[in-house]
Amino acid sequence: MPDNRAIDAILRVEDLKVHFPIMQGGVIQREAATVKAVDGVSFVLRRGETLGLVGESGCGKSTTGLAILRMLTPTAGRIIFEGNDITAWDQDRMRPIRRRMQMVYQDPYGSLNPRMRVRDIVGEPLEVHGMTGGRTAFRERVAALIAMVGLLPAMADRYPHEFSGGQRQRIGIARALALEPSLIICDEPVSALDVSIQAQVVNLFIELQQRLGLTYVFIAHDLAVVRHISNRIAVMYLGRIVEIASRDELYRDPLHPYTQALLAAIPIPDPELEATRPRQIITGEVPSALNPPPGCRFHTRCPHVMAICEREDPPLKSGQGSRAVACHLHA
Amino acid sequence: MTGPLLQVRSLTTRFRTDGGTVTAVDAVSFDVAAGETVAIVGESGSGKSVTALSILRLIPCPPGRIEGGEVLFDGTDLLKLDDSGIQAIRGDKIAMVFQEPMSSLNPSLTIGMQVGEPVNLHRKAPWPAAFEKARQLLGRVRIPDAANRLGAYPHQFSGGMRQRAMIAMALACEPRLIIADEPTTALDVTVQAQILDLLKNQAVEAGSALILITHDLGVVARYADRVVVMYGGRIVETAPARQLYRNPRHPYTRGLMTSIPRLDGDTNLRLVPIDGQPPDLSRLPPGCAFATRCQSATSRCHVERPALEPVGDRHFKACFLDA
Repeated sequence: MPDNRAIDAILRVEDLKVHFPIMQGGVIQREAATVKAVDGVSFVLRRGETLGLVGESGCGKSTTGLAILRMLTPTAGRIIFEGNDITAWDQDRMRPIRRRMQMVYQDPYGSLNPRMRVRDIVGEPLEVHGMTGGRTAFRERVAALIAMVGLLPAMADRYPHEFSGGQRQRIGIARALALEPSLIICDEPVSALDVSIQAQVVNLFIELQQRLGLTYVFIAHDLAVVRHISNRIAVMYLGRIVEIASRDELYRDPLHPYTQALLAAIPIPDPELEATRPRQIITGEVPSALNPPPGCRFHTRCPHVMAICEREDPPLKSGQGSRAVACHLHA
Repeated sequence: MTGPLLQVRSLTTRFRTDGGTVTAVDAVSFDVAAGETVAIVGESGSGKSVTALSILRLIPCPPGRIEGGEVLFDGTDLLKLDDSGIQAIRGDKIAMVFQEPMSSLNPSLTIGMQVGEPVNLHRKAPWPAAFEKARQLLGRVRIPDAANRLGAYPHQFSGGMRQRAMIAMALACEPRLIIADEPTTALDVTVQAQILDLLKNQAVEAGSALILITHDLGVVARYADRVVVMYGGRIVETAPARQLYRNPRHPYTRGLMTSIPRLDGDTNLRLVPIDGQPPDLSRLPPGCAFATRCQSATSRCHVERPALEPVGDRHFKACFLDA
C-alpha cells in the first residue's frame, strides 16, 4: 500500500469482507454456504478525488459501496471515514456520519417516492436530520438545491412521474447534496439513462465536484464513462480488487489480464479503428461467488494462466506510483 | 442477386394509449441487402424495436397496429400474408433474437426442445433428428458438452448461455435474415463481446443478413456495414457505417457522437450533451421531431417536416440545414 499518512485520506477501507450466509433447513436453520461478495478489499480515497469502481455483475462493487455507507455490516475489516473507525458503529452513532456521506442510486424510477413532491423529496434529509432552520431558510435551501442540479424552480411542486429519467436522476442528486456531504457514493448513476442524457448527468457530477469539493466513489460497468470522470480506478473481480491505478496508467497500460480483457471488450465508436483493433476476447463467464475458483479467481478465464495461478491467490502488490496489481505475472 | 433482400417501405405503426394515439414508427423506409449487417440505432422511444417487431408482425394488437406501408421480403409483402403465411416465415427465413433471454425462452421446455423446434416445425424433421440438429447448433454457438445440455432447462443456464441458446435457435433453419433486438443489453461487458462476435460470425458464415437494433454506437462501429439512425419514430439519417462516423450530417447524429465518452477520447474535453429530453411521442411537434433540441433549428424546422433526402453515396438525411 502507498504511504497513507502523506495524503489527505477521507476514507480508508482495510481488508473489507462482506459475506452473506446461505441458510438451509426448516425450523432449525443452518448455514449451508457463504457468498463472499466482498472478500478482502483495501483502498484509500483522497479528499476531492473520484475513484471509479468497475467490474462485472457479482464482482462486489455495489456491496462495497453499501458497506462503506454502513447500510450493510461488514463481516471483517475496517472502514475509517474522516478519521473515525465506523466499522462497528450502531445506527445512532452513524446518524451524524450519514450527513457526511450520501448515495446516488442507479434506478431513477425506483429511488424516488412517487407520492412525494420534488421539494419534499429534496428537503426530506434536512427534516430527518433536524436541519431545516426555519420555514423560509428551508424553502430557500431546497430552491437552491433544485437550481444547483439544473432544474427549474417551478418543478419543485411536481411529482416524480412528471419527469424523464435524466431529470429524476438530477432530483436524486439534489437530495444527496442536501446535507452538504463530503463523500457521495454513486452506484451506476447513468447506466439507466439514454445515451444523449448520460453526458448531461456526467457533466453535472463533474461541475458539482469542482464547485463543492466533493469526493466520489463512482461505481459503474461502463469503462468509457468511468474513464471520463475518475482520477483513479479500481477494477474488481469476484470480491477482490485485481488492479488499482491512476486513470491514465490503467487505460494506457493495463497490467492485469482481466483489465486488459475488459478494455478489449469495449468497442470504440469508430468503424475504421475497430476494423484494425486487435481483438482478444476472453472466454467463459464470471464464476459463482458462492464457489469461487481456488488460487487466482480469474485463472479459469485467463489467457496467460500458469501453474501457480491455480494454487496461489496473488496478493495486491503495489508497483510504481499509486498502482497495484494482483497477478502472478507481475509478482 | 436482384434487388435487396428486405425492402421496408413507409412502414407506420401506431399504438392506442390513454393519452391518445402514438405513432411509434412513422413512414420508415430502408433496405437490407443479402448478407449485409444493418444497425438501427436510437434511444428509448425512437421506434427502433417497434420497427423490428413490425417486420415480423409481432406487435401486440390491440393496442398496436401496423397502419401502413410494405415489408417486402424476397418480393413478398409480409404485411399481406395471412397468419399461417407469416408463421411459416418466422423462425425459418427470418429469425429473431430478443433482448431478454430469460423471458423469451419458455421456462418449462428443455433447451433441446426449444432449439430443435424450428427444425421440427419448418423442416418437418422428426424429433430425434431435430434433437441431433439442436446438439450440432449448441456446439456451433460454443455451449460446451452440448449433448448433455439438451435436457437442461433455461434456469439452469447463465445469461450468456441462454443468449447462446437463443442464437442457436435463430440459426436452426439457416435464415436469410436475423433480427437481433438489443441482444446483449442484459449481459456483462466481456460476455457481450463474446455474444456479438458469435452472432456476427455465424451470420456471416451462414450468409444471413443481420439487423442489429442497439443504442450503443460502439457496437454499431464494430459490427455494422450500414446504419439507420432513428429519432421520434422516424429515420433521421442513414449511411454506410464508415461514412456516417466520418461525416455525420444530421444534428442528432452529430450530437450523439459528441455526447458519448470514448475509451480513446480526450478526457480534458467536456462531453457535449444534447440539450433537453427525448421527445414525447404523443406530443410530437408538426415539424422535425428533433427541432426542440436542435442548436441550429430555424422557424421552418418547427413547422415543416423534412424528408429523407440523399446527401452522398447511399447517404440520406432528413434535415433542412445544409450542413
